[in-house]
Amino acid sequence: MLSALLVMAGIAIALGAVLGYAAIKFRVEGNPLVDKIDAILPQTQCGQCGFPGCKPYATAIAAGEADINKCPPGGEEGIHKLAELLGMEFKPLGGNAVPKPKSVAFIDEATCIGCTLCIQACPVDAIAGAAKQMHTIIAAECTGCELCVAPCPVDCISMKVIEEKITNWKWKYPVYALNTVETTNVAGAALQKTNGRAPG
Amino acid sequence: MRKLNHFHGGIHPPSNKTQSTQVAIAHAPLPSKLIVPFHQHAGEIAKPVVQVGDHVLKGQLIGMPDGFVSSAVHAPTSGTITAIDLQLIAHPSGLPNLCATLIPDGKDEWVERKAVDYRDHSQPELQQLLRMNGVVGLGGAAFPSDVKLRIGKQKIKTLILNGAECEPYITCDDMLMRERANEIVQGAQMLRFMLDADEVLYGVEDNKPEAIAALQQAIKESNLNHDVVAIPTVYPGGSAKQLIRVLTGLEVPSGKLPTDIGVQCFNVATAYSVCRALAHGEPLLSRIITITGNVRRAQNFEALIGTPIDYLVALGEALSDTDGYIMGGPMMGIPLPSVHVPVVKATNCIIATSAKLFPQPQPSMPCIRCTRCVEACPADLQPQDLYWFAQSKEFGKAQKFSLFDCIECGACSYVCPSHIPLVQYYRFAKSEIRAREHDKQLADQARVRHEFREHRFEREKQEKADKLAAREAAAQAAKLASTQPLTPQQLAEQADLEARREHIREVAQSSVENTAVENTTERTGN
Ligand code: SF4
Ligand code: SF4
Repeated sequence: MLSALLVMAGIAIALGAVLGYAAIKFRVEGNPLVDKIDAILPQTQCGQCGFPGCKPYATAIAAGEADINKCPPGGEEGIHKLAELLGMEFKPLGGNAVPKPKSVAFIDEATCIGCTLCIQACPVDAIAGAAKQMHTIIAAECTGCELCVAPCPVDCISMKVIEEKITNWKWKYPVYALNTVETTNVAGAALQKTNGRAPG
Repeated sequence: MRKLNHFHGGIHPPSNKTQSTQVAIAHAPLPSKLIVPFHQHAGEIAKPVVQVGDHVLKGQLIGMPDGFVSSAVHAPTSGTITAIDLQLIAHPSGLPNLCATLIPDGKDEWVERKAVDYRDHSQPELQQLLRMNGVVGLGGAAFPSDVKLRIGKQKIKTLILNGAECEPYITCDDMLMRERANEIVQGAQMLRFMLDADEVLYGVEDNKPEAIAALQQAIKESNLNHDVVAIPTVYPGGSAKQLIRVLTGLEVPSGKLPTDIGVQCFNVATAYSVCRALAHGEPLLSRIITITGNVRRAQNFEALIGTPIDYLVALGEALSDTDGYIMGGPMMGIPLPSVHVPVVKATNCIIATSAKLFPQPQPSMPCIRCTRCVEACPADLQPQDLYWFAQSKEFGKAQKFSLFDCIECGACSYVCPSHIPLVQYYRFAKSEIRAREHDKQLADQARVRHEFREHRFEREKQEKADKLAAREAAAQAAKLASTQPLTPQQLAEQADLEARREHIREVAQSSVENTAVENTTERTGN
């Protein structure tokens, strides 16, 4: 009886060790190509590509099952990057999708009935609130995927375009008159006078 | 005599400095309204700590530093806060930012000032004092000085006081050195103490002999072993990396800070405010500003922070054909979106422009790859390549060509025979790259949050499955338990129960049979 137990225990330990070693040695790494593609995708998780999120789309691209031009939030630049990564030709955004300006969702808190449907829809947990309590979007975490807009039974969610503020302002592409053109923008007009144009 | 080094490139634009050095610094009279922005420094905006309607004293804290890189903001004079709202400020975007409007009461009444002897305080204490006194770099970037003093374990060999003032037109540092050299030297000594630096060098371009003499005099009088070095006048000799190169021969490697090679740089005006802050307990409330260009009386003014620039321009008597204003110098300055914006800590110079002084740039033409820009670039870059990548929006390549080492000095645009506004392309490319890096960070956060959510769903599903399994197991166990042997008493009870059930069944059976018989008779009887 005892010897039988010992034999069984011994076999169990030996097999466990083999399995453990194999798990480390032959670990299946996350597919690096999928990760590389996923790193380019904007992580909006909006599903406009026809897949339930960025990662599934990345997986489909890696498997050659999806085109690289299906992501409207990523825009042309995203397509360029994907094309470069995969050694493919650039192609314009597929379908009739047009890239929209970046927006965040906004809940009209007076109308919100606290149904939690939007919370369930949000792919990045960017909505705070509980049942029968009004909900709020955590704007800094909202990816602008619009997935919460449709489920709202009282239509209190709207998308607001992110305004240009001093904190997110960018220098514009220089628009230079090839020949003198009147500019209405004071800043622009004066800019043309500075930057290396000390008077002679 | 110190052996000086050279940096690559550089240009010699007409200096246009003498116009504004003819008379001493004048105090700008108190304006009737001050607009004090809460964001005058590099880093995070200060948090307002006063309310509309509050009466404040001169030097009272109105904006609390918020974040590691941030600085305090103070009321420049005594008076009443009448608004805290968005106002137009001196920013190339022309967008407004949070400001306090202060209506002076004319008494200029100070809060209690506490002077300290820096030698009695630890370095962290002194850093905190500078932060709370709103001391920031006055050379242009307005970087909080306390952050530049937090050097950790790095050994600083050389402290450099930057008095080069290489940009045309600007003379505020020159005049400050001429008139207030003593306090600059005291401030430099304090900075040296805080950095524990071995040597102190002042780099002053050799077109400012009066300033050099004044500094030397002040150093002699206070018996310090600081060294004033006259450096050749080449634009942009006052840029930190270039100045370090000239004075020490050391090169700040790409992507590194001067402290990484044992050097730290402060503007002379910053040293002056360090002295005011520590030795007099005065926060940074005013600064020297050159009013020049298309004005009748070019001059330096000491003006309170928040003074509307139109007020200063009026003191300089701008000529009637003035068509705009530049804050800073003609090479690196920014055009003001409006003349009604307030003076901030970074305002070193206001140049009134006119078509005559600053003629419209000639239309730009294609790059002919003459490489004159390469010769001029003090950062040893390839401006024509950077331009090519920036204009074609190949930002990755621009970065590979060290776009971020470009100091936006404008030397390349200045020499370009094709009149290409090169710096603007670099600014555009830099801000696009920064925005993309920011977006990337946000995307990474979103990915983590999304994955966490998926993981949570997975876990919840697992938990539900586990619960179900547990319930089934429990049911199974209960069934098993029922087949356990029973005690004799239980058996007896069960037997009794069974007997009674049997009896009831019998009774029921018989009555059913009887009724059945009756029913049949009734039916047949009909
Ligand atoms: S100076 Fe102008 S034209 Fe010449 S190479 Fe540079 S960018 Fe091109
Ligand atoms: S602006 Fe940049 S590229 Fe042009 S000369 Fe200055 S450092 Fe070089």
